[in-house]
Amino acid sequence: MAFWIASSPHNHNKAETSALMRLVIYALIPGIFAQWYFFGWGNIIHISLAVFTALFCEFIVLSIRNKNNISKQLFDGSAVLTAVLLGICLPAIAPWWISIIGAMFAIVIVKQLYGGLGHNPFNPAMAAYVMLLISFPLQMTSWQPPLTLMTVDLDFANTLNVIFSGFTKEGYSVEQLRTSVDGFTMATPLDTLKTDLGIGFTVFESIEKNVFGEHFALGWEWINFAFLLGGLVLIAKKAIAWQTPVSFLSSLFICSFIAYTITPDSSASTMFHWMTGGCMLGAFFILTDPVTGATSNKGRFIIGALAGLLVYLIRTFGGYPDGIAFSILLCNMAAPLIDQYTRPRTYGHHTNTKQEEAK
Amino acid sequence: MESIIERINQGKFWHFHGGIHPPEQKATTSDKPIKQLSLPKQLVLPLQQHIGRQGDLLVEVGDKVLKGQALTQSSNPMAVPVHAPTSGTISAIKKSVIAHPSGLSELCLFIDVDGEDTWKKREICQDFSQLSRQEIITKISNAGIAGMGGAGFPTHIKVNTKPDINFLIINAAECEPYITSDDLLMREQSEAIVDGIKILDQLLNPAFILIGIENNKPQAIKALQQATKHIEKIKVCVLPTKYPTGGEKQLIKILTGKEVDSGSLPINSGIVVQNVATCFAISDAVINDIPLIRRVVTLTGKALSKPQNFWVLLGTQVSYLLEQAGFVNEDNNNQNTQASLQTSPPVIMGGPLMGFSILNEQVPIVKTSNCILAPSKTEMPSAFDNSSNEVECIRCGQCADVCPSQLLPQEMQWSAKAKDHQQLTKLNLFDCIDCGACAYVCPSQIPLVQYYRVAKAEIRQQQQLDIKSEKAKARFEARKLRLEQEKIARQAKHEKAAAARKATMNKKSADGGTASSAVAAALARVKAKKAADQNKAETAEPTNQVQDNNVQSEKSQVKAAIARAKAKRLANEQATKPAIDNNVQDSVVDDKKARVAAAIAKAKAKKAAEKEPSSNPDVSSAEAQNTSTGADDKKARIAAAVAKAKAKKATKKESSSSPEVSSVEEQNISTDDAQNTATDADDKKVRIAAAVAKAKLKALDRAKQASTTNSEE
Repeated sequence: MAFWIASSPHNHNKAETSALMRLVIYALIPGIFAQWYFFGWGNIIHISLAVFTALFCEFIVLSIRNKNNISKQLFDGSAVLTAVLLGICLPAIAPWWISIIGAMFAIVIVKQLYGGLGHNPFNPAMAAYVMLLISFPLQMTSWQPPLTLMTVDLDFANTLNVIFSGFTKEGYSVEQLRTSVDGFTMATPLDTLKTDLGIGFTVFESIEKNVFGEHFALGWEWINFAFLLGGLVLIAKKAIAWQTPVSFLSSLFICSFIAYTITPDSSASTMFHWMTGGCMLGAFFILTDPVTGATSNKGRFIIGALAGLLVYLIRTFGGYPDGIAFSILLCNMAAPLIDQYTRPRTYGHHTNTKQEEAK
Repeated sequence: MESIIERINQGKFWHFHGGIHPPEQKATTSDKPIKQLSLPKQLVLPLQQHIGRQGDLLVEVGDKVLKGQALTQSSNPMAVPVHAPTSGTISAIKKSVIAHPSGLSELCLFIDVDGEDTWKKREICQDFSQLSRQEIITKISNAGIAGMGGAGFPTHIKVNTKPDINFLIINAAECEPYITSDDLLMREQSEAIVDGIKILDQLLNPAFILIGIENNKPQAIKALQQATKHIEKIKVCVLPTKYPTGGEKQLIKILTGKEVDSGSLPINSGIVVQNVATCFAISDAVINDIPLIRRVVTLTGKALSKPQNFWVLLGTQVSYLLEQAGFVNEDNNNQNTQASLQTSPPVIMGGPLMGFSILNEQVPIVKTSNCILAPSKTEMPSAFDNSSNEVECIRCGQCADVCPSQLLPQEMQWSAKAKDHQQLTKLNLFDCIDCGACAYVCPSQIPLVQYYRVAKAEIRQQQQLDIKSEKAKARFEARKLRLEQEKIARQAKHEKAAAARKATMNKKSADGGTASSAVAAALARVKAKKAADQNKAETAEPTNQVQDNNVQSEKSQVKAAIARAKAKRLANEQATKPAIDNNVQDSVVDDKKARVAAAIAKAKAKKAAEKEPSSNPDVSSAEAQNTSTGADDKKARIAAAVAKAKAKKATKKESSSSPEVSSVEEQNISTDDAQNTATDADDKKVRIAAAVAKAKLKALDRAKQASTTNSEE
């Protein structure tokens, strides 16, 4: 009787990459729900569009690359996760082709052309987002105000109409949808604050506007809170390393705190920075992407701190109201270098690397 | 060190990086006592069961052996003998599959068991404290004890060491899932184990003895504490359960906070680690004179209906053990025979994380086999899986988090796939202990350990090739040097010969040129010519004619010389017109040595003339005069010899300074060599005479050339 020969170890904790991806997608659900609650169906429609496009593109590219076991790779959750993240980031009433182009770009160019899962140097969702933001600035900044501030009732059918035709059933254009009762075009809280500071308002005067709501940013604060919740679940499940988000949020907190203490008139509060834009989504779901991040714990601290600093700088001094996507791409670029210099000391080796080299 | 003991007394320990908590599965066998087995019919004893060399056979096929009788021996310290586990007859000595991951075949002794179990004569030692250090080490060595934890390092080497040992660590961690053999041994034989520890204490005299045991073995801990309570020096250290606590380096880190330097042994840090089963074997060997012929083996896994620990004689085949433990082959029961042939279930020797699947059930138990694991398909699906479930690495870093050596498994995996050996070495691949923690947690199910094993093997192979090529290079360099030296030696010899010739010439001139010497020289020349004629079958016609004349008319030496000179000049002109190299070569092959010598002398003289036409005009003119006024043959010859010597000297000087000449010079030397060896046998005078004639003719040529070059200038 001949036995089947296998290499050790013979047992496994039965963890799977696809299960990990699925867990991350589930953790996004509270945030998506909050988005739906405050901004309507737009993001969910964009997520669906992006997911279908992503799976289709992934299938095509894997077929072209003659990969075997396509179905397994197709449903390993990575393409779906990328698409979901992209859909979350897009303005709810952006036209349909935005999400399709974005998903195609993310999967075909950023992911597969670099060698597929595990080989992409940049986070596909963020790279696609930045590409869209630069190529289609108008569509990518047509953020609608929260539903409570809108004059038009944006239900599912209306949203679908706006996304596919640019007009609601009643004939309101995207521009009209963004106009408030008093005739001003409403922007995101971050955008509003930036514009106001630019024309000489103080922070305190600016946040009197209704987009800021009662606390920091109407709707956005709850969305961020929901993503924070999902992120904490991931950390509890050990699906992501806690070092990155903790370091990122502390870094952003410290930067904004220093600025706030020096010039309170022209600097937003720390919690405003935490609770607006894509802060929590970036901290827990995108910056923690293992493929494009640092691998050592020390490296993760550095990446997080760097991203926090960059977000603050871009938000405060940059040309765009939010800097999550840009800062994450910059950190992706820095990751290999950071990895190179944060290798842990191997057991039985001395910390002083110079000493070893001398040997 | 005191602080270390203080910490241990407080129950505080250090931590090693990483580690995993796989399901322990020890309860399957830990609740049953160790069972004695009836004697199997046949035992298969591999000659080598440890790290090191195998011993020399002491027995032959057909020999009757007694239980405990040594079957091999060796004077090599790295060799450990094997003993007959029971009495019987040696039925065969042949290659057979042994317990090795690759299914390697090695020389094995086959013993037909006679069932009598007759012991050899034993000497029971009542009080081992009376034994000297050397006696104990000899006993351990003769008992064939090798580390029973897994590596199988010869124990007598490990315990025979310098005296300043700080810690003797007894490894009782048994951290791998399923295995309970040490646990049961500690429970049932704690007194014997402590005796073994005392023997080690006597040998090593360590400052402290630490028994490292995981907290999942409460009964064994109790038994050990009971057995050691009256010994101050021994501390039973109860450690948290974490794989791989039982790794030697990890255990040292946990207990002492020290790390063993990479590439170093624990002994260099004053630490010796012994497995608890080895301690038992030591006490058995020293006190009861029982060599290492049996061990406790855990038979476990869901494919066994009666999993239990057994006392197993070394050499017992796995098939016999599986039968005893009620092995159920699911596939045979459920599927048709063809399918079962393709997917017979795995049987693992060792634990699930570091064990290896064995090739077939004929494999025997050896000194290092602590467990036979026969899992069911539901229990360990990946062990059954024929195809790899590997997907791309997503750099999640979980492998790095669990690595007890703090390596970067995912980076090593990439380098291993890319066969980047340099980078792998830089990433400290060789500090990997193959524990399998990384592959256990990898969500992409990459068989990381397999990649590292292959890479390690490749690097080792490459290193061996490098060493080989390095040796070949050294050999080649040595040969080159030797040839160079021989060349120099030949040159020196040649110069010496030239000097001797010169001396003889001078002596002749000092003699005043007696008639006898002149006659002798003439005779010699004639002889030489004759010899040359005999040799030169295909030489040019005119030369032959001239030489014939020469032989006939003894008196007309001058005429003969002139004729010869003419012939040489003819040959020389022919030689100089086309490539000199070719001519020289040809003459080496076809023509005679005399002519070669002549050509060389010509070439040298010519060169000398070319190099210093202005510095030596008087010489050349004198020579020309000498040759033209060649009536006085004696004078002429002396002068010619002097001129030749001078020319040679000049050539020599130049050869060291002018690189252009070297190529020609080298050819000269090589042809000179031929000439040298040839003329060693020949008459020396022949050469002298030939040289003289050549020199004369050369002088003539040179005079002409000197004038032409001068006029050109």
